[in-house]
Amino acid sequence: MSIIKTKELNKIYDVETIPVHAVNNVSLEFEEGEFTAIIGPSGCGKTTLLNLIGGLDTPTSGEVFINGTNITKLNSREIIDFRLRNIGFVFQAYNLVPVLTAKENVEFIMQLQGISKENRESRVLQLFDQIGLKDKLNNRPGKLSGGQQQRVAVARALASKPKFILADEPTANLDSKSTSNLLDIMLKLNEVENTTFIFSTHDSRVIKRARRLITLEDGKVVKDDIVK
Amino acid sequence: MMKLFILSNLQLKKINEIKSIPNVKAVTSRIKSMAMISSANSGTGVTINGIDTTGEKSISDLYTKLIDGSYFDTKLKYPIVIGSKLAEKLKVKVKSKVVITIQDVNGNITYGAFKVVGIFKTFDTMFDQANVFVLGNDLANLISFDENQTSEIAVLLTHNDFTDSVAAKIKNLFRSEIKNGNLVVRTWNEINPILKMLNEMTVQFTMIFVVIILVALSFGIINTMLMAIMERVREIGMLMAIGMSKAKVFLMIMLETIFLSLTGGVLGLFISWIIISITNFTGINLSSVAEGLNSIGYSSFIRPELGIFFYFFIASLVILTAMFASIFPARKALKLKPSEAIRQDV
Repeated sequence: MSIIKTKELNKIYDVETIPVHAVNNVSLEFEEGEFTAIIGPSGCGKTTLLNLIGGLDTPTSGEVFINGTNITKLNSREIIDFRLRNIGFVFQAYNLVPVLTAKENVEFIMQLQGISKENRESRVLQLFDQIGLKDKLNNRPGKLSGGQQQRVAVARALASKPKFILADEPTANLDSKSTSNLLDIMLKLNEVENTTFIFSTHDSRVIKRARRLITLEDGKVVKDDIVK
Repeated sequence: MMKLFILSNLQLKKINEIKSIPNVKAVTSRIKSMAMISSANSGTGVTINGIDTTGEKSISDLYTKLIDGSYFDTKLKYPIVIGSKLAEKLKVKVKSKVVITIQDVNGNITYGAFKVVGIFKTFDTMFDQANVFVLGNDLANLISFDENQTSEIAVLLTHNDFTDSVAAKIKNLFRSEIKNGNLVVRTWNEINPILKMLNEMTVQFTMIFVVIILVALSFGIINTMLMAIMERVREIGMLMAIGMSKAKVFLMIMLETIFLSLTGGVLGLFISWIIISITNFTGINLSSVAEGLNSIGYSSFIRPELGIFFYFFIASLVILTAMFASIFPARKALKLKPSEAIRQDV
């Protein structure tokens, strides 16, 4: 059963001046446990599509269903709560809160969910064990390398136990060793815990390891391949 | 301080009762009358105060204001203590003779020769010019006043805040005399309404300054918080993206603003407290503008004092201003679109 389904999704920017069709009639389905990369040249609509799937942006037309819920019909308060409980985000620039430690950054989303301190503590330890940064729990982001920060960002995305994780060019700022480490962790999480990952990327190192490749051009899906 | 004007029989028993009222620090009686004072050079109208020197010392600090001579500490007969301004006008000094012309209780004009034994200088030049002090017995003899009578009872309280409550109790104590029109009870602000008005004006001007400072503060806060938000667009965008509600973002910015303002506010109030404590101890000498201040009854040597209530009042106003000032930056933050904010270059 698909956990994400987009139906004739369109996003047109600057409708009143020069319309730009960032996402053009995209209908896709994603199954649980997928490790999918959305690829394509710059400006093809990868990030916009992820934003629409993640409920960070509203489509001009079309619908997005997550586990059967049409998120395009949710009001602003409902969509925020929906994101909190169902979707994990990993951003290109990590976007960790600089004044919080790595542990606090990960714990914060669970605080928003109202999870008890004991459960938060055990979850944080489990996640830091998985990303291999148990010794960096109390380091602030400024004291971590780019790769380590992105691993903390992945832990933060996983902390809320989301249905799936959307990662917008997660390796764009990383060197090859950090990219390889990050991909190893995410693939392990995908295989062991069946976590669904959807990336937007044009990084060949990520593309090589993805199990499904969706190619976008001018906002349209031109290719959708399962990699064997 | 409050004053009672007794126009008929002295009620010694009731004076003792005044002394027993809570928050009454001291009580003394005075014989008070209008008179003409003359020297060899000049003459002028004054209020003559016949006092009990011991009682007067407990009520007023006039004895500390002497710039020449002594405070009735003399063997001379018919001593008089006058103000420096009056001494200047009459061209007299200590040991000079002055003549008091006054009406006795029967309405006859009578005269008395007094020796200047002391010259005082208060911060109120009008007071210095219009008041002279003699011994109560001397004045009673001069105007044939019954020594069991008095024309004024001055009551000193432990604090100004008790003025109205003590006045009410005294009025109750002398209700029959007041009803007959023989007695008037007046608080200090009824005796000197100009001083009361000046005090109220000072408070109003202070409040205007406080409002101006708070408006400036709110602009400062808005500017600081806007800068803080502009520098953290990506962070706020991320928080909104991962599921932080708008109410929580608003609360976060408001609390940040309040903590920022409180830190500054508490520090500012602490510095104020130190400065006020120091200047209260050392005093501030405004002698360069003494003439103007003295003419309206203000001292040119001031000791600043700020009640604890005012500190809390200002702290509350700072919090309110911070809350008010945080609305604009918070609204600005709420208008951010997470999808755009997380990708914004800072």
